[in-house]
Amino acid sequence: MTQTIPTPQKPWQPTKLDRLEDLAVVLASFVLAWLSVQFTGLNGKLGFFISLFFSLLVLNFGFHFIKQGSAAAKDSLLKVLTVMAIVLTLIPIVSILATVVSKGYKGLHWGILTKDMALASVNDPIVGGGLGHALVGTILMVGGALIISFPIGVLTALYLTEIRGPLTRPIRFLVQAMSGVPSIVAGLFILSSLVYPVTKALSGLMGSLALTILMIPTIARTAEEMLLLIPNELREAGVALGGTQWRTVAGVILPAAKSGLVTAIILGIARIIGETAPLLLVTGGGDALNLNPTEGAMGSLPYYIWKAFLTGGTPEAFARAWAGMLVLLAFIFILFGLARYLSGRKVG
Amino acid sequence: MTTSHAQPASLASVASARTLSQPGTALLGTGLETRGVHAWFGKKHVLSDITLDFAAGTVTALIGPSGCGKSTFIRTLNRMHEFIPTAAMAGEVLLDGKDVYAPGTDVTKIRLRVGMVFQKPNPFPSMTIGENVLSGLKLAQIKKSNTDELLESCLTRAGLWNEVKDRLNEHGGALSGGQQQRLCIARSLAVQPQVLLMDEPCSALDPGSTFRIEETIAELAKSMTIVIVTHNMQQAARVSDYTAFFLSDGGPGEMIEAAPTSKIFSSPQDKRTEDYVTGRFG
Repeated sequence: MTQTIPTPQKPWQPTKLDRLEDLAVVLASFVLAWLSVQFTGLNGKLGFFISLFFSLLVLNFGFHFIKQGSAAAKDSLLKVLTVMAIVLTLIPIVSILATVVSKGYKGLHWGILTKDMALASVNDPIVGGGLGHALVGTILMVGGALIISFPIGVLTALYLTEIRGPLTRPIRFLVQAMSGVPSIVAGLFILSSLVYPVTKALSGLMGSLALTILMIPTIARTAEEMLLLIPNELREAGVALGGTQWRTVAGVILPAAKSGLVTAIILGIARIIGETAPLLLVTGGGDALNLNPTEGAMGSLPYYIWKAFLTGGTPEAFARAWAGMLVLLAFIFILFGLARYLSGRKVG
Repeated sequence: MTTSHAQPASLASVASARTLSQPGTALLGTGLETRGVHAWFGKKHVLSDITLDFAAGTVTALIGPSGCGKSTFIRTLNRMHEFIPTAAMAGEVLLDGKDVYAPGTDVTKIRLRVGMVFQKPNPFPSMTIGENVLSGLKLAQIKKSNTDELLESCLTRAGLWNEVKDRLNEHGGALSGGQQQRLCIARSLAVQPQVLLMDEPCSALDPGSTFRIEETIAELAKSMTIVIVTHNMQQAARVSDYTAFFLSDGGPGEMIEAAPTSKIFSSPQDKRTEDYVTGRFG
């Protein structure tokens, strides 16, 4: 006796005919929208999109109502609304990226990452200078801020979730209040509490400290949320094996929250990497490469963009500013991609 | 009441089929004793005046309906009770004659000597199977030279070695529920406790896994003292030497009766015990 094995099927998925019909409805909507622009008072791109939106809604609803009844019709209605919402959300993002890329590529050249602006002004030919100093400055200052903020932020989160001491409520309130501090206030705070009374000089370190004030609340709040997701059973299991609370946190809780902590770092960096105002106040805004955060003016990408836009006026200056944005965006993408890759690799 | 031969064995016959472990046959210390233990959560008095001895090298089952304080009681034995912020207690828990609540006692040392297996399997998600077993050494900062040997012996004693010996570097979450629970047992064995507390270790498991864990308990009882909370009276009859019956009449949980398991299931002294073990309530 031979046993016949049926071919695997997916009866819950739409058939080819269904897909063709759906496509036809979408095409019909486009035609209807085009016709309404041609023959009614609607005109322009906006008119086309508005009539396309309503054509899609009406035609989809009508088609599925006739084909499958009211539940399927409502389903298709919500599907159209969802897709429209996605498109609406994507438009500004794609538009920003497209603008930055299309305007920024003019400012790119082979020496952009290695040269600085020590001997060039923003109005000089593009190849005469670069933003190496600004990229290095951003890396140093954001890195410095991260080195200070991450331990403080995570320890704060651990106090709120693991120790839950008597100061939990005031600290949580303070962290929330701090996340609303305007960035210029953070810059002014460092200026008045450290620069004028103590160092009497602007430097990259001061920039890092100003960014730290903005970064700590973001990291602390995100890390707290992530630690709250760790099930209590793991804490009990660690302690029941004879671990102290600290060993349990270090050996079990933090490793389990690893990808969440990477998210905290990403959000923290995202909060500060584009900050311009505090850096204008406390870094001195250097144009030359400076690897020493404790001495001398230090440039940064936001400062570079700000300066090229504001003090130039020539096409070269604008190309520099857009190229600065392109480099900043690319840097952020690479950084976050790397962070996700490194954190997602081990934990299953 | 007559019992025909075709019917499955009664609880009493299951219980009396066991040979009672003789307390103190090995060098296992003098065991664990409680003296007048009470427990509270906030103002609610949940456990009243429990005095019970767990002789070294024996298995004791704690039975009783839900909410009678069994779990709270075993959590007082390794000081996990205080993990809940509103918890309070009174009385003494003597481990080898010394009160574990005495001032100056190192609580981590107590939990090292009195291990615990929880109701829900809880392997550490960031660690592999092998790392999970040895995690107690890391947490308690115990230096061990031959960890491979320890790894194999713990997994063997927990009845899991053959199933995982080729996949020690996989994550614990990849195992089935029953395997995860045996992994958690292996994990608590690695720090070599003298007492093992098990809080309904089989309640989330299928019969096959339950059977494996009961075999494990029988094997472990040769070298340690075991206290097991269970809702399954068949299980209590199969695995334990002594049984204690807990009950709450709406107030704090009390211990109604404690005796050799065969006696609890054949000739209980208290009417309420008899009603419970014969299934008349609970």
